[in-house]
Amino acid sequence: MEYFLQQLINGLTLGAMFGLIAIGYTMVYGILGMVNFAHGEIFMIGGFISVITFLILGYLGLTWVPLALLTMLLMTMLFTSLYGWAVERIGYRALRNSNRLAPLISAIGMSIFLQNYVQLLQGARNKALKPIISGGVELMTSASGFTVKLGYMQIVIVAVTTVLMAGFSLLIARTSLGRQQRACEQDMKMARLLGVNVDRTISLTFVMGAALAAVAGLTWLMYYGIIDFYVGFLAGIKAFSAAVLGGIGSLPGAMLGGLLIGLIEVFYSAYFSTEYKDVAAFAILVLVLIFRPTGLLGKPDIEKV
Amino acid sequence: MPPMQHARDRSFSAMLKDALLVGAISAALALPLVGFKTVDRVSEIGLETRFGEMFYAVAVIVVGRLLLSLTAAGRARPIFLFTAPLSVLWLINYMFGLVAVDWPELAGLTWLAVTVIAIRAWIGMRQRTAADAAVARKDAGLPIASVVTLFSRYGRFLGPAAAAFAILMPFMPFADQRTVDIGILILTYIMLGWGLNVVVGLAGLLDLGYVAFYAVGAYSYALLSIQVGLNFWQALPIAGACAATFGILLGFPVLRLRGDYLAIVTLGFGEMIRLVLLNGPDFGLLKEGAKGIGNIPRPSFFGMPFTAAPPEGVVSFNQYFGLDFAPIQRVIYLYYIILLLAFLTNWFTLRIRKLPIGRAWEALREDEIACRALGVNPRNTKLTAFAIGAMFAGFAGSFFATRQGFISPESFNFMESAVILSIVVLGGMGSQVGVVLAAIVLIGGPEWFRDLAAFRMLAFGGLMVAVMVWRPQGLLAHREPTIKLAGSGRTKPLAVSIREKAT
Repeated sequence: MEYFLQQLINGLTLGAMFGLIAIGYTMVYGILGMVNFAHGEIFMIGGFISVITFLILGYLGLTWVPLALLTMLLMTMLFTSLYGWAVERIGYRALRNSNRLAPLISAIGMSIFLQNYVQLLQGARNKALKPIISGGVELMTSASGFTVKLGYMQIVIVAVTTVLMAGFSLLIARTSLGRQQRACEQDMKMARLLGVNVDRTISLTFVMGAALAAVAGLTWLMYYGIIDFYVGFLAGIKAFSAAVLGGIGSLPGAMLGGLLIGLIEVFYSAYFSTEYKDVAAFAILVLVLIFRPTGLLGKPDIEKV
Repeated sequence: MPPMQHARDRSFSAMLKDALLVGAISAALALPLVGFKTVDRVSEIGLETRFGEMFYAVAVIVVGRLLLSLTAAGRARPIFLFTAPLSVLWLINYMFGLVAVDWPELAGLTWLAVTVIAIRAWIGMRQRTAADAAVARKDAGLPIASVVTLFSRYGRFLGPAAAAFAILMPFMPFADQRTVDIGILILTYIMLGWGLNVVVGLAGLLDLGYVAFYAVGAYSYALLSIQVGLNFWQALPIAGACAATFGILLGFPVLRLRGDYLAIVTLGFGEMIRLVLLNGPDFGLLKEGAKGIGNIPRPSFFGMPFTAAPPEGVVSFNQYFGLDFAPIQRVIYLYYIILLLAFLTNWFTLRIRKLPIGRAWEALREDEIACRALGVNPRNTKLTAFAIGAMFAGFAGSFFATRQGFISPESFNFMESAVILSIVVLGGMGSQVGVVLAAIVLIGGPEWFRDLAAFRMLAFGGLMVAVMVWRPQGLLAHREPTIKLAGSGRTKPLAVSIREKAT
């Protein structure tokens, strides 16, 4: 029971991060119908920008943890979303009306480019940081001496994710920007006719996705204390699996899918084997697509002649 | 680039403003990752600044953007006259090392920018008249466009000429061992590209996990040759059959998915096979897992090995033919094996397109619902394409294993799938010659510039984006018409004109 609880906590933490990345995939897919393969790289860049911001703050002598964390968060979101914007502007905008494969290939190229860009500029070795927030509360101890711990870092991660998700949902549901975004998702041509600036809306979609991925990059760095230029690939694929699992195009679906993928991965490695945890995540993806191609919360996609 | 088309009537100050805006954005992009560098210190990581390099790079971007705007505004000639010699001089300096350069990366960046501007200015000079400009805009204004016209005019001679060149290549004066080795590598990717072309180009099924079948072929060959003791030519068909079986097994559940979903599931399968191989399941030599399998037997020439000192009672290739032993003999032999396999793939593809199954693939690619209505069984048709594509990957995998003599799961990661897919798509989907061209550019290019090894994947990714943005339909976008009107060669084939009307 205690062991289960501990894994549940860990799984939810991991799932929160996957969910943040998955939102970027699901929004872009919803609006453009393309898999933004470079999104995992945006997440990785977010992690690197957090490392660098953290080091700069260290040099500046800013050590009060809440303020430092907030500055890191804002800086990382700002600069990473700029990368998200640039990726769309350079790699995808010209391909908006071309065949379905072209943006995907461009996105794969972008992903390779960004990975090597970071590797060249920041070195291939992984970057390790000392934990900024350590410690935690001990929730309970079992008879056999197993203690369930809830790290402060985990609390911060879940809290930040929850706040961002709530804010983001409000943004999509209530503001005019969110309305434009949803309008473009439903019918781009009609939205354009009604005066929605489609290019700007799509750019902002990429910016929002990148900002959330940046937060995921920051929390990933805080949680694991380590990042390298290759981390975006696997995390990106798993987050995409999460988006598909939840139903691609659906925002609550992405979050739910993220949590599920995180839980599956943690529980699989806790109760079966760590070696095959990635296989488990992919197997879930494949099974979902075979038996429920629209995902858990997705709308069925009817093909007409 | 839509703003470029209206650039003609923009004033200089507007261009300057635009260039400065681009500069500001690139400065903001560069600030965190170029401006600062994390360095590994003893116990922690430290930070260094690189603002000099950053400002230089941004300056190159600003000036470059301004020159590009000026080119588009009709000042192409002076800009070409200024940039082209600079680019050539730079290249000469690089090749002969006349003047030492302090910052090789930045010098390379500058050279790239100068060269791109020179090419753009050259295009600008050629389309000065309005009519030219109209035509060029239609063809995306690239020199590739004129190359494509050339290709379509002399295309039917190109295939045989390239084949003849490929056959004669190892005996040409410039062909040393390294060149033949690069040739083998390129041919392997051409073969993989042609194999994947069956799945993606003909049947229209986006497969992102093609490397899985390549891995199955390589591992089947390794197991068959080491543990069963079969030789290359005995193991090859079995390895191909294994890969095809895997294709059917994996394809069966997923083929009712459409488009992107299929792509992601195949990607998942590809990664799963790699991860399973990495963890080493308990099946013969597969247990080696991440360590890989070594000492895979080399192919022999009708039982004659390519070794300097053959074992007792065995005649080696060079002894039989009375030649001195040279390592290049084996390399050339490998070259001809892969050339044969590649020709086989190509010939098979060209022939099967004319069979009912090939017609069904292409029909399915164009419209699945119509196919169903006309009585084509989509599942079986797709499975055949999957299995045949997988079989060729299996052949290529066997060849890879015997050539390397060592295989490990790391050779079969997602990047390989991405490279093969980009060869197919960059070449122009469904175009056999396009695959050859793209393989030479993407695989050969980086191989010839080995000393720039650190930049090759960067350039590879950048090239993929650039080609897609300029020519989304691929370098040689050209679909073979399935029906041609007999008679005069000058009129357009019926199928082509119909398709043009449709799009």
